Amino acid sequence: MAVSLLGRFKSGLWYDNPGLVQLLGLCPLLAVTATFVNGLGLGIATLAVLIASNALVSATRRWIQPEIRVPIYVLIIASLVTCIELIFKAFFPDLDRALGIFIPLIVTNCAIVARAEVFASRNPVGSSILDGLVMGSGFALLLIAIGAFRELFGQGTLFSRMDMLIGGEPVQGIVLAENGWLLLVLPPGAFFSLALAIAVKNLIDGRRKEARNTIPRRARTLNR
Amino acid sequence: MAQLTDRPVWKSGVTLAIIAAFCTSLVALTWQFTADRIATNEKEWLERSLQPALAGLFFDSSVTESMITIPPPHDLPGSDAAIVYRVYAGEEPVAALFVVSARDGYAGPIRLLIGVTMDGTVTGVRVLEHRETPGLGDRIETTKSDWVLQFDGRSLRDPEAARWAIRGDGGQFDQLTGASVTPRSVIKAIRETLTWFEANRDGVFAAPAEGEDSDKEENS
Repeated sequence: MAVSLLGRFKSGLWYDNPGLVQLLGLCPLLAVTATFVNGLGLGIATLAVLIASNALVSATRRWIQPEIRVPIYVLIIASLVTCIELIFKAFFPDLDRALGIFIPLIVTNCAIVARAEVFASRNPVGSSILDGLVMGSGFALLLIAIGAFRELFGQGTLFSRMDMLIGGEPVQGIVLAENGWLLLVLPPGAFFSLALAIAVKNLIDGRRKEARNTIPRRARTLNR
Repeated sequence: MAQLTDRPVWKSGVTLAIIAAFCTSLVALTWQFTADRIATNEKEWLERSLQPALAGLFFDSSVTESMITIPPPHDLPGSDAAIVYRVYAGEEPVAALFVVSARDGYAGPIRLLIGVTMDGTVTGVRVLEHRETPGLGDRIETTKSDWVLQFDGRSLRDPEAARWAIRGDGGQFDQLTGASVTPRSVIKAIRETLTWFEANRDGVFAAPAEGEDSDKEENS
């Protein structure tokens, strides 16, 4: 392993974030992030599928002939998603109802098949699991961040309906305002929020680059 | 890694078959492990969602087992199958719970639960599923506003059928600011359900129950 553990995490969560940088899996990202709990739920489901699919693809990589690798990825990912869907239906039925079709649609999340093809099919199991973990976390964190942002400004609450994930009575969450900026909850709000997230990331990256150019020595110790 | 090989086709076929068998058993195992819980959850959810329409009724039958499905075309609201749960006290019919779709919502059909007693009085109305605009039309949900509670205790005599409309249209019922399509379609659906029940009351209670459990076995 040429890259350090910290480097792998930095890459998955920030520099190579599947949602922010690679712009993969945008369909679920845009569709379900109206609230924090939806983002968290789908984030966890995607993360679990990504770790398991990376592990399976990597474990079988020596027997898989290149010409049939894509059908095999599809097969593996589809069965894992079905398992996750059954588990959600059994243990988080309300969340499953809220996320609806987007749990089965994890199958079509190209971030997963991309990691299978680019990473898991040519790396050992342990490393592939780590890759699933960091890339999945990067995707999940983006879902959570956008969900929290849209819920906070669009609906005026945070953590509403957390009971869907942790059980108990329906909760309102932290209510900060009666109403929010409706646009953010509606589908276009998802696009605006994602654009804003990408802009903020680029801004931070730009600032860092500038800082590195002007004060080289200090910045180098910070960044490496 | 990704270059094509001259391996015989049957070898690829065997690999594919082995992996398919493995994946299928993975799904089968998960299903085995979760099936009971899922069935319990669905039943609980159904009972929980029917509860509001049963408020104040005296009954001793199992509501979920008294289901009948009325396939389209029918004169109830909606172009999909309508579901009716019949409520009994002993042998006496007490009320019927309808699950119907109001067709003309702002953004697609609105799935409604409407409870009606034998004399045609509404016991409760709940929105089960909708895609109305958040912040405007979604106030038909009880978690957002009390709007849908104003139908409790109403019937086609109170107010008479012609006054089953929002105030703006000369009716009796409150509207929702900023959303008029949604309340109109909900009110129309309730009115149509009440009218239908008045005409078909005896037929509904005469039909044999489909029985939730036997239905499940057929599907699996």
